[in-house]
Amino acid sequence: MLMDRVKSSLNKAVRTFINILPIVLGMLLLTSWVITVMPDEISTTVFSGHSVPDALLGASIGSIAAGHPLVSYLLGGELLATGVSLFAVTALIVSWVTVGIVQLPAEALLLGKRFAIYRNLISFVSAVAVAFLMVLTLRLMG
Amino acid sequence: MKKVHKNAAGKGGWLFFAVVVLMYGISAVIDLDLTRQALDSFIQMADKIAPALVLVFVLIFITDLFLNPKRIEKYLGKQSGLKGWLIAIGAGILSTGPIYAWYALLADLKQQGMRSALMVAFLYSRAVKLPLLPLMIHYFGMGYTLLLCLYLIGFAIVNGIIMQRLEDKGAVSG
Repeated sequence: MLMDRVKSSLNKAVRTFINILPIVLGMLLLTSWVITVMPDEISTTVFSGHSVPDALLGASIGSIAAGHPLVSYLLGGELLATGVSLFAVTALIVSWVTVGIVQLPAEALLLGKRFAIYRNLISFVSAVAVAFLMVLTLRLMG
Repeated sequence: MKKVHKNAAGKGGWLFFAVVVLMYGISAVIDLDLTRQALDSFIQMADKIAPALVLVFVLIFITDLFLNPKRIEKYLGKQSGLKGWLIAIGAGILSTGPIYAWYALLADLKQQGMRSALMVAFLYSRAVKLPLLPLMIHYFGMGYTLLLCLYLIGFAIVNGIIMQRLEDKGAVSG
């Protein structure tokens, strides 16, 4: 009885894994291509110094960026050091890990198209909101 | 509806893979060196995420073995309450590897009754990266890091509630 249950679960896990394998491989190939094609320097020249456009731009860059979160911290830290506002940097590092435009096809296939679109839209708006709340709270805290 | 999603993932996944391979073919014709660099990056990434994929496979197996729709409904379903939120957010914070590696597990849990709100909370709380906190503190300071973590957890709940409202209105299905 238990062995049957284990066999059944193992078969199901293998089937699920075979289903996601092309998506994972495709995502890795796509991510590698985007990272190689998009130069890092592009982000250092486009911030204006105004909070709203900078936060929107930071969130947009983070949304289309597809790398390890570690890269967002390094990039955010370097951008902050070069004078880019905390609005932009916070929006960038939050959207980097919460919004996934590159991953959207995979998310839509597995979790549903509308779910994926709504989730990413909500996360994008949240990234901008978190950026503003962070800066305001830090100012209040002195 | 559930079966449609599963079939779509199977066929659509291979189609997606084929489109990306085709894109690489076109890219190689335009710039062979750049495409080689991208392939090198792919090999490095695949090597890095392999352990996470193994973990995902093991978790899919374990969840199927020990969880059934009734338990999912109890812990992560409509009546899951505060415990459901805590489990989803805690699991999101502790989960490792790329986000898309977890879609399959979430799709599986969704079919067994997991709430969309908790799926959103799980995916959003993944923004809190425990192993990377020292680096964040190094760049942005302790106060910034702690505050950001609190906001991220708070917004994981807010976003989950928004998604639940959308789902209740029937805007999410499909």
